[in-house]
Order: sequence, then structure tokens, then C-alpha cells
Amino acid sequence: MSAEAPQSGAEILLRALKEQGVEVIFGYPGGAVLPIYDAIFNQNSIRHVLVRQEGGAVHAAEGYARSTGKVGVVLVTSGPGATNAVTGLCDALMDSIPIVCLTGQVPTHLIGNDAFQEADTTGITRPATKHNYLVKRPEDLARVVHEAFYVARSGRPGPVVIDLPKDIVINPAPYNEPAAQHKSYRPRTEPDLGQIAKAVAILKQAKRPMIYAGGGVINSGPEASALLTKFARATGFPITNTLMGLGAYPASDPQFLGMLGMHGTYEANLAMHGCDALLAVGARFDDRVTGRLNAFSQGSRKIHIDIDGSSINKNVPVEVPVVADAGKALAALIAAWDADDAKVDAPALAAWWRQIDTWREKDSLKFTQDMTPGAVIKPQYAVQRLYEIARARGQEVYITTEVGQHQMWAAQHFKFEQPNRWMTSGGLGTMGYGLPAAMGVQIAHPDALVVDIAGEASILMNIQEMGTLSQYKLPVKVFILNNEYMGMVRQWQELLHGGRYSESYSAALPDFVKLADAFHATGMRATSIEQLDDVINAMLDCPTAVIADIAVDQKENCFPMIPSGAAHNEMILGPEHESSGAIITDAGMALV
Amino acid sequence: MSDLMTMRSATISVLVDNEAGVLARVTGLFSGRGYNIDSLTVAPVDADGAHSRINIVTTGTAMVIEQIKAQLDRLVPVHRVSDLTQEGPHVAREMALIKVIGTGEKRVEALRIADTFRARVVDTTTGSFVFELTGATEKLDAFIVLMQDLGLAEVSRTGVAALARGVRTI
Repeated sequence: MSAEAPQSGAEILLRALKEQGVEVIFGYPGGAVLPIYDAIFNQNSIRHVLVRQEGGAVHAAEGYARSTGKVGVVLVTSGPGATNAVTGLCDALMDSIPIVCLTGQVPTHLIGNDAFQEADTTGITRPATKHNYLVKRPEDLARVVHEAFYVARSGRPGPVVIDLPKDIVINPAPYNEPAAQHKSYRPRTEPDLGQIAKAVAILKQAKRPMIYAGGGVINSGPEASALLTKFARATGFPITNTLMGLGAYPASDPQFLGMLGMHGTYEANLAMHGCDALLAVGARFDDRVTGRLNAFSQGSRKIHIDIDGSSINKNVPVEVPVVADAGKALAALIAAWDADDAKVDAPALAAWWRQIDTWREKDSLKFTQDMTPGAVIKPQYAVQRLYEIARARGQEVYITTEVGQHQMWAAQHFKFEQPNRWMTSGGLGTMGYGLPAAMGVQIAHPDALVVDIAGEASILMNIQEMGTLSQYKLPVKVFILNNEYMGMVRQWQELLHGGRYSESYSAALPDFVKLADAFHATGMRATSIEQLDDVINAMLDCPTAVIADIAVDQKENCFPMIPSGAAHNEMILGPEHESSGAIITDAGMALV
Repeated sequence: MSDLMTMRSATISVLVDNEAGVLARVTGLFSGRGYNIDSLTVAPVDADGAHSRINIVTTGTAMVIEQIKAQLDRLVPVHRVSDLTQEGPHVAREMALIKVIGTGEKRVEALRIADTFRARVVDTTTGSFVFELTGATEKLDAFIVLMQDLGLAEVSRTGVAALARGVRTI
């Protein structure tokens, strides 16, 4: 090494990124990171994608990470660059998405001096990240980069920030390899086989079993989803997926009961309520899933597989905790299941399925679409047709969403057969997530069909990223279910706040067709039912980015719905159904 | 479930890398998730200053205490989390400096009680004492209550340092 010219911190940084296999960085330049942009300029192996706002960069990296299983990488400048990234970091933390976010920082001698574009980035991002670093010594730089990638992808994945003072990236730095093993962070991934045996004993005795699988299965890699499918088929048990877990189990499979939770199916929620053995895999008993905790699945013996020990017994006490990687635990579960001679209680299981089938007959996602020309489009029907037409074309399809009613309709009516095809902001519920996330997905899968199912309100939160689509010729399709309301806010106001639609009307909307045109994309519009298929087909045929503005029924609500503070068996069904157990209490109204 | 909902006090020791921000991670975890901190001490505990030990006294239901330990355990710079209250007998000590201002009979009485508690006088003027007292939290509490009528002016307490009894280590 001594014969070579010493490398700058920025060059060392890029070298470490290359060694980590980084192919693409989503970023936005600024004063504190200019030396890094200089180093990017002088190389060709890492591609930089210039976003239009730093928040978009993090969501794009999330879309990239979720659709590939790789770590997403972000580069932003100090101060406002870093603070704009915070929402995306929180989003990635809640949804366990591996991200490494490099933030510029003022030179070390200016830190704490209220310098121009200075922010206490490690202070601000501490609760927004899995871990963060401020590099203060050149000799730490390479090690910290490698460590950050290890932390981001190990255990329960999450975002990691590396704050890089400008002098650290300008001055020469040595390239120090990381230690072979992290000194303190070594999450457990192998299941305890004693616990697995207990789990099998409970499941074999079950008369009304239920599998509840979440995003942890997807994070564990596609083989975990295959193992989940194998286990479910070996047992014959019914299975539901969380919002984050959609695609972990094939939606077309007869054992699949659909999504559970606040807007889950009748059969999934009642099966959760009525089961006597519950196997949770990579799911965290989130409040959107459990409803009222003291009424949640009271009669079941519970097994909880999670890689994060703090997820276990957090909301719901369980009998058999298994701290392990979902895939490894499922492999052990299958082996123990096969090795155990005990048989399942087949008559009881058959009776359980008959019960589930009567719940299924409710057809809780049912809606009626008037097919008379000129009739208004039901949002559910728009999603259903998008699904049917896209599937019929046989293209690889990736779906992202924004947040609100359209997100729930997409989760209910778009069926996923494989993991890593569905990108939505589950935990944080970030409006504006879908467009930049779709951008990141399209970068990773240039030939795939990538659709952002959006609402007209959410899409405006990161609409600037249309510019990025244009610059990189990314043919992302933005499919707006336009009901001229912040639909979920309007729905809650209708159901919980006496129909006082305070500030939820999307007034002064732009002309989305012209907006697409202004961003060098293609705009199209459907305002009545007979136009819908033509617009979807035109959108899917279009070689450029598209904004398809689909005018939908403004009054449509998303059902079924378990109101806040209600139990799984107190769900409200839609107008298609006669009775609903609608109980919205004042206590429930106070919940989120 | 009733045992899960009973409130208890827990003395938790956490062995961490002695790096910038590690205390903020721990205290931020407590404030961000709404846990109580009754007392907290931190200092490096090895010759090269590589590791620090944080001792936290907290109160919560069994479910919350388990959550606190699990949340601490997943922090990246954390090596070990030990619930001294649950894992067996332990010794816990705290030190306090207590300033008492007064003259005459009250001053004599303060000194007499300090002697009973084996508090040391570390500073004195004709009108004041500063006592140094080490012991269990309850002993310090009792002493401070007794001083209230005798001119108690100011208290500075260290918070709890604790170790498991016997050969067990963190």
C-alpha cells in the first residue's frame, strides 16, 4: 500500500461500499458531501440516482431493498438533507427495512458551533434508526461502513446512519478491515429445538389451529416463504398474512384466508378470534392486527417466532416464544413436525375448516360495480381490474402504495403469489411513500411492471419524484384512485366524528394529466366505468412513466373494518351485508 | 396474567461499549417508550475504559420489565443485560452528600443521628455540616427524613451501584 497515493476518506468510503456489493446509491448533493460526489464522479461501478428531495431517496432505497433483499443505500448532505431523510428512516425502522444512510456533516472542528447546514444528525436520528455513527477519526471510516451494513441487515433489519464530517471525507484515511465478529451485536438466529418441540406438541393437539405470518418471513428471504408454504401444506392449517407479510404465502392457495387486522377479511379475523392454537411467524401483534387486546384470541395457546426478542410478550403474552430467524425456525418446525408420530386431529380440523368456510361465504370484500356506461368506478373494482389485466399479461408485477383507503383496497384486492412484490408503508403509515419506493423498485427491476397504487392526496406528498422518473426513463405507473378526499380521514370522520369532514376534502387538485405532461410522462384519465379497461391497458402498454387518474366513487368506505378499541368479532361489514356488529365506543375514538 | 400485571422494582445492570452517545441511547429508550427511571448511574469499569456499566433502577409490571430488558439487549453497543433483582441476591449501594444547616441543640442532634447512621462528616463550619452516607437506598431515605427537622438544606445522591452476590458476574 505504501507505494500507492494515500486515498481520501471519500475514496475509502466508495471502496468499502463496493466491497459491500453496492450497485446503486439514491442521493442528493450538498456542500458537506461534495468530496463524496467528486469520488462518485471519478468511478463507474456504483450508480448514483439523483432524487428530487431527500425523503424520496430513503423511500426509493426502501423500495430497492424490499424488492431485492439487499441493503438500500442513501447519500444526503448535512442539516436539511439529513432532516429530510428522517421520515424515511423512521419508516424503515418500523417496517424493518435494511438501509445505510450516509449523511454529510460539517467539519469536526465546527461541530457544535451552529455552523451553516449543521444539525445534530446522530441526536435527531437516534430514535429513528437501528443504530447510528458519527465518524470522528479517519481510521474508523472503513470499519464503520462495514459494520453499518452488518447491523442494517443482521437480526431484525433496519436503517443505519453514518454521519460523515467533511474533513473526514476530504483527508486521507487508511483502509482498515472490520473485525471478523462484531464485538457486541450478534443476534440469535438459530431456534431452540426444545421450544420447537413444544410448538409441535401444541399444534398437533390443536382442534382449531391458525397460522399468522408477517413481514419477518419476507425479510428472512424467499426460501422462508417457500418453507412457510411447505409447513402450511404439511399441516393443512389455515393461514393469514399481515399487511407486511402479503406474498409470503400464495394468495391463490385455498388455505389462505386473506389479510387479517383492521381491514382484514371476516374469515381471517374470526379464525384468529376463535382458534385454539396460534402460530405467529415474523409478525409482531401490532395494534392494527390485534384490535382490543383484552379480547384478542383469548382461547388460543400461542407460539411466537420472531428474530427480535423485544417483539415477544410486548403486546400479547405467549406460551412458547422462539427467538430465531423465521426461515431457520420454519425449517426446524418442519423437521420436528415430520419426525413426530402424533397425528393431527383430522375430524376436528375438518370441522374447523367447515366453520371457516361459512365465514368465507360472507364474502366480506364484496362490492357491487354498476357496469352501465357512465357509471361511477368503484375503487375496489379499479384495483381488481388492474390485477386481472396485469396478471393476464404475464408480466413480473411489483406494487407499491401510498397510505390510506387505496392502500387497503390494494392489499385486499391485488393478490400476491410471491414475496418481495408488495411494498407498502405498514408501521409508520407514510403518505408519499409509494412513488419514490416504486422508483427504487424499477431501478432494481428495469424490465418489470411497477405500479404505485396511489390516492390523489398521498401522491402529492412526493410528486417531485416524477422528475426522477423522467431523468432516468423509469416507466413507473402511478395509478391514482381519485376520490377527491383524504379517503381514510373522511371515512373515520363519517364513522367516528359525526360526518364533520374537517379539512379532508382535496381542494384545488392539479390536473393530473397535465401534471404528467409537465414531467415528460404520459397522463391519462378514466371518469366512468366503460373507460377503465382501456385506460389500464393503455397504461400498461405505455413505454414511459404514466399517471393514470382514475375518478372513483367519492363516498366509498373501506370494509370490513375493526374500529379502534373493538375486538375481532366486532368488525363492521360493508353496505353489501345485512348486519354489522358496529360498536364504536368513545374509548375507541380516542385511539389512533 | 395477574402476576404479569403486578408492579415491581428492578435493578438492571447493563454492560456497554464506552462510546459516544451510548447513555443517550439508553435514556432515550426509556423516555421514548415511557418507562420509569428511578435512578441511573454510569461509569467506565475497566482499566482501558472500553466498557461502561450502567445501573438502572426502574419500576414496572413484569411484562414491562421484560420489555425493558429485551429493548436494552437489542441496542447495538450493549454486551450484557442483567436483572439483578430477578437473577438472585445482590448488593446495591448508594452514596449521598447531605448538607445540614443549624446551630444549638438541632446541630448536636444532627451529629448524634449521623453517628448512629455511620455517616461521615466531610465538611463543617460553625453553622453547617456536610455528611457523607453510603448504604442501601432505604437507609439514605431514612436519614434524609430525619434531617428534615434538623436543618436539611441540600442533598446530592449518586444513584445505585449494584453487583450480584457470590461468584456470579454480569
